[in-house]
This record gives sequence, C-alpha cells and structure tokens, in this order.
Amino acid sequence: MKQKMYKYKQIVEAKLFIDDHYADPINLNQIADSAHYSKFHFIRLFKLAFGKSPHQYLREVRIHNACRLLIQGMTVTEACYEVGFDSVPSFTHLFKKCMGSSPQRFKLKQKRKLEMVEKKPFQFIPNCFIQNHRLKNSNFQ
Amino acid sequence: MIRKMSHASIYVIDQHSAEEFYINKLGFEQRMKIPIGKNTFWLTVSPKEQPELEITLMPIQNGEMFDSNTADQISTLVKNGTFGFGVFECKNIYATYQELKEKGVEFTKEPTEEFYGIEAMFKDDSGNWFSLTQFKEPEK
Repeated sequence: MKQKMYKYKQIVEAKLFIDDHYADPINLNQIADSAHYSKFHFIRLFKLAFGKSPHQYLREVRIHNACRLLIQGMTVTEACYEVGFDSVPSFTHLFKKCMGSSPQRFKLKQKRKLEMVEKKPFQFIPNCFIQNHRLKNSNFQ
Repeated sequence: MIRKMSHASIYVIDQHSAEEFYINKLGFEQRMKIPIGKNTFWLTVSPKEQPELEITLMPIQNGEMFDSNTADQISTLVKNGTFGFGVFECKNIYATYQELKEKGVEFTKEPTEEFYGIEAMFKDDSGNWFSLTQFKEPEK
C-alpha cells in the first residue's frame, strides 16, 4: 500500500497546489517538473487520481470560485480576473459551457434565490424537519 | 415508487466546525445556509458530483430541537463514535486518502482490500464515522 501512496503523493500535492494558487498564472509544466514527472506521465497519473487532466481541473476550480464570487456580489469582469482568467469573453464562454448559463444570468438567478431565501426561508426547508424540530416555535425570523 | 434520496441528516456537535470540515476538508459544496435560531442554521452540503443529495448538518441543541437530556445523550453518543452515517465513494482511494490525510482528516482504517473494493474509514470533526470506498469495477 505504501508504494501506491507514494505514487500519488506528488500528484495530490500538485492538486493541493492548484487549490491554493488557482488565481495565479499557473504553469502546469512547472508543476510536473516539481513533481519529478514528465509532463505526459504527470497528466496520466493526475487523470488516474482525479478523473480529469490537471488543466481541466484548474479550469473547474476557477469556475467554481468565480461562482462563489458572483454570488458574493462581484461583477462578471471582477470575478473573471480575480480567479485567474485573462479574458472576459473566454471566461464567459467557458462559464456557459460548464454551468449551462452565462455568468450574468447565473448571478441574477442566484441573487433572486437569495432574496427568496430571505423572504420565505421555510420554502427551502422540508416541512417534516420544520415540524419535527418545531422550528416555527423557535426564534427563527 | 421511491426514486432517490434527496436529504439525509448527520448530527454534529458544532455546526461552524462541521461546515469547515465538510467544505474545506472533504471538499463538499454548501447548498443551503438559513438561520433558524441563535447561531443555528439549516445547513446542507453535497459532494461535488452529487448536488441532488443534500446532507443536513444538524446541530444537537437543547431547546427547540431536543430536550436537555436527549441532547446530552446524543452528543455523548456522537462524540464516542457510535454513529456511522454512510459510505462515500471515490475514484481513486489512494489519492483521496492521501489528500484527506494532508488536510488533517483522522482515519481509523487505512485503505484495505475488501471483497467489494478498497475501503478506508474516517471520522468527521464531531466523531461520526464513514467508509471511504473505491468500489471494484463491475466485471465485463
């Protein structure tokens, strides 16, 4: 088992590096070098470990964080640059491909949802929990 | 006909700490966070690839939800590791085990070959235990 662990140790470190530095210009060749793997072998092992290439993973992490920032109120342009993309059109295109709607539409939809949650929170909690836990009698606003 | 499970609950000792554990350590995504009382939330999370299953991180509190005795009993049972709430599936257990260990997750069983696949066991920050399993590929 230890051999198998060791095999993935560097790959896991590369993934964690991406998690921490997704907003920086990341050079995947450098990561492969620092893991002491050839680029080809690095990509193959990364796919074996996580089911996607490091490049696909980096894009996903960036889009995921862009979603978070859009929900927090950032503009599309701000979120685009904040997560490490360098072009708004390519960010918008990729966002739409991953999330099924444009960043602007996503932001609007999430804003409406948050407003609904604030106005009618019980609509978002299954009634059985509300009854069993007597939430309506609590100091729930 | 029951189609699928949409919500499952896990009792947690501290919601804030559980939120940090499930999101930052296990890599789950937050689905809902609605205030339902003083420092208490309707808090649900999902594994990234299974957004349709909301796991409710349910606080154990005196008052509205439980009486004081029940809350104390459940808290003790949770802390003692009485409850196992399920099996989480992963694609590559060695990589996932390595990653979660790096993030400080406490394992009670290292990846071990079982007849159904390779399984490890870990505990959440409250004491609930889970199986982490890479199931065998079905034979073709």
